[in-house]
Amino acid sequence: MPSEVAPVACSAADIVKDPPSLRTLFFAFAKMSLSGFGGVLVFARRAIVEEHRWMTAEEFNETFALCHFLPGPNIVNLSLVFGSRLRGIVGGLAAFTGLLGPPMLLVTGLAAIYAHFGQVDALRRALAGVSCAAVGLLASAVFRMMSPLLKKRDVLGLLVMLAVFAAIGLARLPLPMVLLLAVPLSIAVTYAKLWWAR
Amino acid sequence: MSGDDNPLFQLFWTFALISLFAIGGANAAIPELHRIAVDVRHWMTDKQFADAFAIAQLSPGPNVLIVTLIGYSVAGVAGAAVATIAMCGPTAALAYFVSRWLSNARAARWPAVLQASLVPLSIGLMAASALILVQASDRTWPAFVLTVMAAIVASMTRLNPLWLLAAGGCLGFAGLL
Repeated sequence: MPSEVAPVACSAADIVKDPPSLRTLFFAFAKMSLSGFGGVLVFARRAIVEEHRWMTAEEFNETFALCHFLPGPNIVNLSLVFGSRLRGIVGGLAAFTGLLGPPMLLVTGLAAIYAHFGQVDALRRALAGVSCAAVGLLASAVFRMMSPLLKKRDVLGLLVMLAVFAAIGLARLPLPMVLLLAVPLSIAVTYAKLWWAR
Repeated sequence: MSGDDNPLFQLFWTFALISLFAIGGANAAIPELHRIAVDVRHWMTDKQFADAFAIAQLSPGPNVLIVTLIGYSVAGVAGAAVATIAMCGPTAALAYFVSRWLSNARAARWPAVLQASLVPLSIGLMAASALILVQASDRTWPAFVLTVMAAIVASMTRLNPLWLLAAGGCLGFAGLL
């Protein structure tokens, strides 16, 4: 389980039994997406587990873990998987469209504005400042994810992490090539650790 | 405009392929997005890529929307839509089928093992993303100091990230970076 998913006081008995309507699903996911500046996960957990009580915190963690180890944008995967659990594949599509549609329209509008005014000097300078801060936020997310590995003194995990960082960030090797090597290696290492711990 | 020359086809296959290797989410795919969009296909400059990242961070919604901006710069509104769908559709479908299959065979232990083995990989990928974006956006010492300060403040406090982005925008606007 990802450590960032904190348990929430909500037992199985509180879970809503009637499946939500497609409209409700669409708007609930649109709302969590549009509130999610710098990441939707926090808002998704709040809406799904606490506000609508569609899932227990444990079910949410399980579903998220699944979407986290599969490739692709996690929260988008989660919308389709989760919506379809409640209302079948149509429900999945309603949640998927709600999560992705409105912010996509908004960002397309911003892209059009950038295409027209991106060369204006004041905007260039301001955006350059925003991107410096945004990179800092990304770095802090990396530190936060790394700290459990450091606390557990997971040397092998840290070595895998460093190797991937060097291959992609320093050597700029193509991602598919690196992962085809790194994924089996990392799985083997994890199995070896489990074997050792028995 | 057909087949391989059609930019929409190119966008679709490029992003569909990248998404399948995006272990750990959109931010883990940034090095590959940068490599393809800037170095291989020359769709945008380093600076435009950094701007796209900044705009995606400023906007609500999933971080994956940086591909919407890349798609727009290649082929306008249609490019934006195609890039987003290509990046999100195939992997969401994969997640859907895997989750159905897993709920049939419940006791499976391998999701936990897979998760444990993939977490270090995705942290490594995100660290590489940070490095590539530092090189693309921090062209001066004050800019680099701002990045370091933002990283420290975001790690030590629970301040809303929008404040940090706004502060960066103001400093840049004032010409201090």
